Amino acid sequence: MEKGPVMGFDVSIRIAGEAGQGIQTIGALLCRIARKSGWEFLANQDYMSRVRGGNNSYTVIIGDRPVASMHERIDLLIALDAESIGLHQGALKPLGRIILDKERISPEKNDPLFVDVAFRKIALGRGDARFAGTVALGALSGMLGIGLEIAHSAVQEEFASKGAAVFEANSACLREGHDIGRGKPYDWGGVPSGPDPSKIICDGNEAVALGAVYAGCRFHSGYPMTPSTTIMETLAAFSSEIPLIVEQAEDEIAAINMAIGASYTGLRAMTATSGGGFALMTEGISLAAMLETPLVIVNGQRPGPATGLPTRTEQADLDMVVHAGHGEFARAVYAPGNITEAFELTIRAFDVADRMQIPAIILTDQYLADMVAPVCLPPEKDLPRARHVLPRGISPDNAIYLRYKLTETGISPRAVPSWISGVVYADSDEHTEEGHITEDGALRTAMVEKRFLKKNALLSAEALPPRAKNVSGAQVVVCGFGSTLGVIEEVCESMAPVKIGCIHFQQVWPFPAADLASLLKQAPGAPVITVENNAGGQLAKLIRRETGIAIHGSVLKYDGRPFTFEDLSTRLGEYWRTHGIRF
Amino acid sequence: MESGFKSGDPIAWCPGCGDFGILAAVQKALAKLGKPPSEVLMVSGIGQAAKLPHYVKANCFNGLHGRALPAATGAKIANRALTVIVTTGDGDCYGEGGNHFIHAIRRNPDITVVVHDNQVYGLTKGQASPTSEKGRVTKVQPRGVAMEPFRPLEVALALGCGFVARGFSGDAERLADLIVQGVGHRGFSLIDVLQPCVSFNKVNTHAWYKERVYAVEEEAGYAPADLASAFVKAREWGERIALGVLYRSDRPSYEEFSGLSGLSPLVDYEADPAEFEKCLQKIRLKNG
Repeated sequence: MEKGPVMGFDVSIRIAGEAGQGIQTIGALLCRIARKSGWEFLANQDYMSRVRGGNNSYTVIIGDRPVASMHERIDLLIALDAESIGLHQGALKPLGRIILDKERISPEKNDPLFVDVAFRKIALGRGDARFAGTVALGALSGMLGIGLEIAHSAVQEEFASKGAAVFEANSACLREGHDIGRGKPYDWGGVPSGPDPSKIICDGNEAVALGAVYAGCRFHSGYPMTPSTTIMETLAAFSSEIPLIVEQAEDEIAAINMAIGASYTGLRAMTATSGGGFALMTEGISLAAMLETPLVIVNGQRPGPATGLPTRTEQADLDMVVHAGHGEFARAVYAPGNITEAFELTIRAFDVADRMQIPAIILTDQYLADMVAPVCLPPEKDLPRARHVLPRGISPDNAIYLRYKLTETGISPRAVPSWISGVVYADSDEHTEEGHITEDGALRTAMVEKRFLKKNALLSAEALPPRAKNVSGAQVVVCGFGSTLGVIEEVCESMAPVKIGCIHFQQVWPFPAADLASLLKQAPGAPVITVENNAGGQLAKLIRRETGIAIHGSVLKYDGRPFTFEDLSTRLGEYWRTHGIRF
Repeated sequence: MESGFKSGDPIAWCPGCGDFGILAAVQKALAKLGKPPSEVLMVSGIGQAAKLPHYVKANCFNGLHGRALPAATGAKIANRALTVIVTTGDGDCYGEGGNHFIHAIRRNPDITVVVHDNQVYGLTKGQASPTSEKGRVTKVQPRGVAMEPFRPLEVALALGCGFVARGFSGDAERLADLIVQGVGHRGFSLIDVLQPCVSFNKVNTHAWYKERVYAVEEEAGYAPADLASAFVKAREWGERIALGVLYRSDRPSYEEFSGLSGLSPLVDYEADPAEFEKCLQKIRLKNG
């Protein structure tokens, strides 16, 4: 029996084949169809670091309520090559089906689970073998009982821009596939309803890009690095619509220094990268802090060290980002748990960076970056987006503007160069209030207190509390951060009636220590464990260091893949057994 | 009035340093350009040259070693109405920042780059710089510098830089004129400035230069539009060293190419909910 959240209906579909076979296009079309049918879904890609060949897959879980985690078991597999059968057949549910083209792939035995669709022959009949994916999509839609008109409108949107001939051929391929699929229905209970107009399909990186635009970001400089690159690509697409410059820098060092230069001059600016690029940027992060120039940096994590697994996921840069940069200074680090949080926390990062004049880091990972779901953006209430700078012409003529004026809070009023009659000195050396080089000890002490201690106190006071679920009276408390949000919550809920509390950090620095302590008071004596996509238990150590709370242990995964529902259920069960936790 | 561009910050250079001549030239040039200090931005990295913006009354971004060019590029993108001048050294610009030097020329933002080229590291007390001559002995290179010197002007010419000039700290008048011309050029302008280091370069002294330098514009028939002649002049080193604008040509600046020229300075735009809606619509069309 499948363990999982109780759903009215759900189905899990995987499209697998070589890179270059159009897997992503079919997957994206399936998402479109699901949205048009008014269903919820969660999609995720598994791809290798190559442009052609290998084995890639795109998995979509469709259901009648929001899907928060990926599952190992699948109902339907579209196998575009022979290797996909060997790789994914084991994941098939007992009554699952494999849709394949027997002319191309000859399975060893004739099993009723195989649904033969002549992808290639039909596609060639319509002029191009590359339309095979559309045939497969048609067959899948037919099997799922999705009306041809819904599937057709999705195909129309996808192929309309490619000319009438291509669109007509794909329409025909879809129809022929659909006819075959209808003859082999897969019973899953899906009932279409009207699409929810408030939702759009969006992945984690697109949500970051949208958040940046919402917050008035006008400049992004970056160097391509998986899995962050689509942030830059999405913003580049936006830059044809709005005043926004996206510049591909020669390296990550240039990227961050360009963004800091733009921010000093008054723009909201950002850069996005992955761990290796972030490592190159660390001197720049220190510079942003010293200049007291706002900056937003995204680190989309992938497994390291060094090049690691370029297209896969990990949460092993937590230690790095909370410490990155030489010297002591204040920073904020956010760790969105899902697509909506990626959007909202990007806006927050811009706001906090701007008000506090600090670097703010958004820590995502490949799993979140590429995760696709229907989401409601923007939220109902307006989020802050105004710049915090002095208005034009504030300084009286000849008055010296003190960029680093010592104040009670540590925040100095920030002027935009040329907006005031005075001039703005910004200096990476230790500096006077005006911004000139100094080696004065007393001034140094005051500036450290300003940049580091005072700002850190302000940031701590407004640190976002973790998301908490079922903590009061919990028998065990599970803590996580970032992209594990959905899987932890779904798995813990599925363990009812055992009461597992979930605490999930969307801000990891400054660490919301007081919030955690007061939450844990609601579950006295409950063992606290962490679930992390890394080998070191970095969150567990951070909690211990920042709160003194001893973590009972950690469930860790570092094979480059995200936790699936089954994965985490099994691992937690093992944990209870091996640690003598009885319910 | 060049005194209008003097800041009150006390100067920390060695007496007799070539930097003084360059500072005087920058201040003269700014006075000639006639913009108020608030509309000028001086950007620097780290090194003796990088201290210069502190001594000028103008906006100042004194960033990281080697990273002046990306910071200046970002600043110019943010506000194209600013006059952006970078003061940097041979180590800062050609060593630590070498990659940025190459790509900033290719990118062609409308900035003027004044490189204090004294063929030695002054701030760290006398090590070889990218432009040190081969064989020059220092504390770190006791067997002499093993590398060929970096040739900034030739590299700039090869990369298609539209304004390639050489100045001399001992002639602040002419140098000021070069800076004014550089600022007037639309796009990246490079002015490599020969200067003595009184503390650590005992060979290329003020007198050494004085005996060799000449103004290229005084040579009959010299045409700065001719790339081949520019290469010849840029390579000259030894008996005669050419000063002045060695090469000049027009190509679209980054601002023109990127569409910035058609917009108000980016810094003038506030966050706009209508823009967000446009982008949201773009995602809706792309994904469904």
